[in-house]
Amino acid sequence: MHQTAEFHKRVKDALNNSQLRSNFRVAMDGLMEKRSNAFPDKQFLEELRITGSKLRANALVKQADLLEQLEANCTRNGIKVHWAETIEEANHIVLGIMDSHNATRMIKGKSMVSEEMELNHFLEAHGKECVESDLGEYIIQLDHETPSHIIAPAIHKSKQEIAKLFQSKHPDIPYSEDIETMTRSARQILRSKFYDAEIGLSGVNFAVAETGTICLVENEGNGRMCTTAPPVHIAVTGIEKVLEKLEDVPPLLKLLTRSASGQHISTYFNMITSPRKPGEKDGPKEVHLVLLDNQRSKIYEDEELFDSLRCIRCGACMNHCPVYTKIGGHAYGSLIPGPIGSVIEPQKFGLDKFGILPTNSTLCGACGEVCPVKIPLPKLLHRLRYEQVRNDHTGATNGQGSRRSAKEAMIWKLWSWAHARPAVYRTGTKVAALFRGLMPNKMGPWTRVRTAPKIAPKSLHELAREEGFDNE
Amino acid sequence: MSNARANILARLRARTAEKTPVDLDRGFESPDWSKEERIEHFCKAMRSVKTEVHLVSATDWANKLAELAKAKAFKNLLYAPAGPLATQIEAAWKKDSELPVLVTREVDVDGWKEELFFDIDAAITSTRSGIAEVGAMILWPTPEEPRTFSLVPPVHIAVVEADKLHNTFSDAIINEKWYEGMPTNSLLISGPSKSADIEQTLAYGVHGPVELIVLLIQ
Repeated sequence: MHQTAEFHKRVKDALNNSQLRSNFRVAMDGLMEKRSNAFPDKQFLEELRITGSKLRANALVKQADLLEQLEANCTRNGIKVHWAETIEEANHIVLGIMDSHNATRMIKGKSMVSEEMELNHFLEAHGKECVESDLGEYIIQLDHETPSHIIAPAIHKSKQEIAKLFQSKHPDIPYSEDIETMTRSARQILRSKFYDAEIGLSGVNFAVAETGTICLVENEGNGRMCTTAPPVHIAVTGIEKVLEKLEDVPPLLKLLTRSASGQHISTYFNMITSPRKPGEKDGPKEVHLVLLDNQRSKIYEDEELFDSLRCIRCGACMNHCPVYTKIGGHAYGSLIPGPIGSVIEPQKFGLDKFGILPTNSTLCGACGEVCPVKIPLPKLLHRLRYEQVRNDHTGATNGQGSRRSAKEAMIWKLWSWAHARPAVYRTGTKVAALFRGLMPNKMGPWTRVRTAPKIAPKSLHELAREEGFDNE
Repeated sequence: MSNARANILARLRARTAEKTPVDLDRGFESPDWSKEERIEHFCKAMRSVKTEVHLVSATDWANKLAELAKAKAFKNLLYAPAGPLATQIEAAWKKDSELPVLVTREVDVDGWKEELFFDIDAAITSTRSGIAEVGAMILWPTPEEPRTFSLVPPVHIAVVEADKLHNTFSDAIINEKWYEGMPTNSLLISGPSKSADIEQTLAYGVHGPVELIVLLIQ
């Protein structure tokens, strides 16, 4: 299978890259420790997680009404609201806004939805310049890469690699491996971009229906710059980000910053409710909000998978995932990596494209345990494993049944047939025990790093009978 | 425009009836802190993210500002002549001719954006209130004190009144009735700008202010 072979190649390359593995190991250990320190009281954490999951679930249950309320309030406040079913529609909306201002220069704050839209690529093809301003995003843009982590996009790179990258792209700046010096260089380079940009684009962390407010969480100030300095601000968001009330924000903000990076609060929490009003001396004169569906309303259809829409994009599930920590974000081949990516991306883009991802998990349960909004990630990974092999054509998931193999299906049919017939089962185990000497020592990839399993001379049933247990 | 809006809402609505309503209790608890405890929490949290906090009084804060401005050798200081701090700043500046130049621009920022972006050393603003628990100040920028003041110059100095500190963010929203109407832009600020995007190592001074100085009026 094409998808599987490509995935295995990426995993192999990642595992053979010791620099990459060390970068991830160190970073993920640090992030896990920071989160743990930010939640010293486990009962407090549990209560907060319950509150957070209920607030998100409540907003999702009422999503259609809340989106309409959000639109009405934003419109009343002067924010123009746009709806897009597909990423193509969303891209054209952004392009249309730029063209209506004859704008060619965009400065971008960190937005995973804009990555989902592949907005930079689209706009560049239309002759627009898009500059990423989040430090991590800026670094990977310089190297023409995609994010390897949703919160820390350049986490796969070491400081030496970044120093070399800066030197090759900005030879006029003295070479330095000092992190603060490199950070200041980015400040110098991007300052004129903020000054010059005609359009600022941002994502959205929460969109509050009650007041029509767009909320942004950030530390660098680039998010504020993008939403304050250029004359036009465009915010792009998935439709699931809507919240009912302003008072729903604080518990979720607390969960988000502590789960993501162990911060009690981010440096900036930026709430935008309207464009510049008459008399105000700065801020964008136009604010647009693009609401993107891109399969979210389809995920909404399934009673169980619907829970994946609660995600607040903190990244804790990937930080704690033993698989992500080993292979890193790029090996997944999807925009969002880690456990939540393995649940969301196959649903968005189809199991036929990303069906391998739900199998890329040890089901150890760490992701479900740390999720601040209690998304039952292991259960959902399991569910998608079922979705990709079921063939009754009743589920709503894209690419359902696409990874069903006739051989595997037959083996399981045989297995269940034999286990429902005690005589067949007993004969089977007897025969297996009799020929146990014929078991091969080499059993493909399994025995490359393990000794081959051997069938026991006596079955458990036989041993139990010898010990005096009867058939009951 | 396409039918995106109608289609999305129709798809969601087709399933809404199946969803179980969530039993929500929004009664968020607030700690029982005295003013002193609020000050203590606020200062500790603010300092933990590299904010320079000075405890001052309602009458002497402008002198402290003058002292800091001189010690830090700012070339200039941006302030709002029509803002709530102006009278005291101007009075303190009259007393000493050696202080950095006070800068003010009456026109929209668009008219002097270049100067703001590249020539201003520091800016001072008032604040609306603050949050003790996490050490954040709340700003609702006004026509007198525009939002770029707390963002663009390398140093931001903010005057926070301890009497206006709330215990938590939830308290601020509920006590100040934010749901009745939000301003163009409102902000929580905790510390100077920072990033940990390189090797998860914290570095201060990215795109927002490199330094944050809080004058906390007790």
